[in-house]
Amino acid sequence: MIAEIGQFALILALVIAIIQGTLPLAGAALNRTQWVAVARPAARGQFLFVIIAFCCLTHAYVTSDFSVANVAHNSHTLKPLLYKVSGVWGNHEGSMVLWVAILALFGLAVAEFGTGLPPTLRARVLSIQGLIGVAFLAFILFTSNPFLRLDPAPLEGNGLNPILQDPGLAFHPPFLYLGYVGFSMAFSFAVAALIEGRVDPAWARWVRPWTLAAWCALTVGIALGSWWAYYELGWGGWWFWDPVENASFIPWLIGTALLHSAIVVEKRDALKSWTILLAILAFSMSLLGTFLVRSGVLTSVHAFASDPERGVFILGLLVFVIGGSLTLYAIRAPQLKGGGLFAPISREGALVLNNLLLTTGAAVVLLGTLYPLILDAFGGGKVSVGPPFFNSTFVPLMVPVMLAAVVGAMLSWKRADIGAVFSRLKIAFYVALIGIGVTAWYAGNLKDILAAGGIGIAAWLIVGSALEIAERTALFKGPLSSSWRRAAGLPRSAWGMAIAHGAVGIMVAGITASSAWRIEKIQLMAPGDVITVSGYSLKFEGAKQIKGPNYHGERGLFTVTKNGKQITTLTPEKREYPAERSQTTEAGILTMVSGDLYAVLGDKSKNPAKGGASWSTRIYFNPLVAWIWVGAILMAGGGLVSLTDRRHRIGAPKTAKKHASAQPNPASA
Amino acid sequence: MTRKQRRMNFIVLGLLTLGVAAALVLTALEDKIVFFYSPTDIATKKQIPTNQQVRVGGLVKEGTWKKPNNNLTHRFTVTDLRHDISISYKGIIPDIFREGQGVVVLGKLQPDGNFQADEVLAKHDEKYMPPEVAEALKKSGKWKHAEEKK
Repeated sequence: MIAEIGQFALILALVIAIIQGTLPLAGAALNRTQWVAVARPAARGQFLFVIIAFCCLTHAYVTSDFSVANVAHNSHTLKPLLYKVSGVWGNHEGSMVLWVAILALFGLAVAEFGTGLPPTLRARVLSIQGLIGVAFLAFILFTSNPFLRLDPAPLEGNGLNPILQDPGLAFHPPFLYLGYVGFSMAFSFAVAALIEGRVDPAWARWVRPWTLAAWCALTVGIALGSWWAYYELGWGGWWFWDPVENASFIPWLIGTALLHSAIVVEKRDALKSWTILLAILAFSMSLLGTFLVRSGVLTSVHAFASDPERGVFILGLLVFVIGGSLTLYAIRAPQLKGGGLFAPISREGALVLNNLLLTTGAAVVLLGTLYPLILDAFGGGKVSVGPPFFNSTFVPLMVPVMLAAVVGAMLSWKRADIGAVFSRLKIAFYVALIGIGVTAWYAGNLKDILAAGGIGIAAWLIVGSALEIAERTALFKGPLSSSWRRAAGLPRSAWGMAIAHGAVGIMVAGITASSAWRIEKIQLMAPGDVITVSGYSLKFEGAKQIKGPNYHGERGLFTVTKNGKQITTLTPEKREYPAERSQTTEAGILTMVSGDLYAVLGDKSKNPAKGGASWSTRIYFNPLVAWIWVGAILMAGGGLVSLTDRRHRIGAPKTAKKHASAQPNPASA
Repeated sequence: MTRKQRRMNFIVLGLLTLGVAAALVLTALEDKIVFFYSPTDIATKKQIPTNQQVRVGGLVKEGTWKKPNNNLTHRFTVTDLRHDISISYKGIIPDIFREGQGVVVLGKLQPDGNFQADEVLAKHDEKYMPPEVAEALKKSGKWKHAEEKK
């Protein structure tokens, strides 16, 4: 019964979405206020019915209603409650329902908080959101119905892939989708602006917070995914340039560019048509990402089962959305009048550089991801494009972005004195040089020069961002109390930027150290054997049988000592999930600031010489690896801090402007 | 500075970035991509490079997986049911690795015709067949046969 209510709610949501997607759009064009007024209640209604459907599906999962095919295929009574709930979006159909639920949530947000927007713009934005909703609701209802019944209902479900039964991954898809779908807001605003033929700073003041929020969520989502891959896959790696990873990384790169170019529209009324283009591209890449993941066209470790019908549907949608919006762009963009002029050496100039490199980087990742498909389509053979390709193409493009980030943040708008900025950044430059020198000396061979450069860039970003704040608060130049007052008075966006840029530095340090100086030891160990990695001694105490709620397996025990003192124990596991007939590896990890000690238990083999049995084990030391995720979370944190800036407070654009100009702002002096 | 000049600046900077990116990509496509071969390809073609990483895929032949005893080297045979190739791999084999199932290995072909794998990519889903493997089986005309065996 409840499943039928869910299905009915989805159909109602589709009907409402069709109205929301057409009537207000027509009303805005024909000047019919009643039609325009339909937009808000329609957005509320769509949200209501989609949420009802989502709750019905969740109910089916929580109560293990195996008469619903989707539940029977992806759940199991023995599964812990958290994974019953996360199982809702751990499969294709359910994840699409989550997708539209988030879309409807964003639509509701515009309807409720968008009171300051011109009514026609708001109506158009909601209409575009409605059209996106139509496409995805139709996709769900016609190709991926989550409420299909099974008759007779099986007694037990097939279970969820055990490697997905993990707290990190339970929240990975919602965050990722908040990001993907969040970019639909920027997209809807962009298309609405193209229809209206007008882009002004007020428009950017609206688009930027939405983009920022979406970007933060996407950052957290990607970080969770990579963290999960790190501890769950048991390879000690955290990024594999897998097509599905790339599918989320490309929108992130474009979104990052959009975030920065929207500042120029807002502050300087320039780069308008470029920003519109980025808004279109960010969402298009999100859709492409969905297509790549869902259609199974790419070989990937976590592609869901492929279904040609779905692939064709999403491909059609992709062609329609990207083609349609770009055509609209081609017709309308030339009419958008550019605003303020600026010299190449200026804050705007630096942001243009940032944009060019980030979008080129995104294009390179896209090309590398699609190249196997393209080559295969032209009969060029089966190839795979892996980390070596991306490391030698993408990384060089990001180096100038990071170098320029610190300089750009200190440049003034319009025209800047780069000499003065360099002299203010002297300390950061020296620290970076020292960082390079010390690393190169400590690592002691020529091969590590590149890695030393990475550490130098990290130091440059961290110190440079700190200097920026020190400068603006006149730290050490007067009494601390006055610096404190200045710090409290600094716009939140300035803090957000410094935190986010510094966080990139922390991340770069982690990426560099963990890729360049990782230690890996693979060996057979019998109980009592000791292995030393990077100054830590790991004594293998043996392994014993364990039993969990829905798995059984083996747990190894390592005692970790340093300088004769016991620090901790590591308990890597090998689990067997009978319901799903598959196995997982749970690494034993000790996370420290200096790096992670990472132990994996492998196969047991007979070893008559040493008490009967020994195990193959894999031990890693991953230097500074935790910095990667600390950096990513701080980066998102910087975005959130920036989001709380007065100027982005929803509904108060006017007062925000006054406050912003009242702040002491040395950068524009 | 006029609007026109500014636009020129953008265009020049943009072309410069694209040029650098194109150069990077073209160099990387020369030697950083990895080709896939089926066991039949390796048996019948002569020009498979031995100094470059390649991927080989097929089914793990039943009864050929020798687990390591005192060293860590796994040995097994990958087949597309027409030709075989023997693989050696030092390390911990993935959880999902089974005889009779699809597998892709990444590594280098040795001059003696054996294959030394650096990575063994077995998929997370036991029902999953890597597309390259499926195609290799189709090419060797044994696809149906492999399906029936399951």
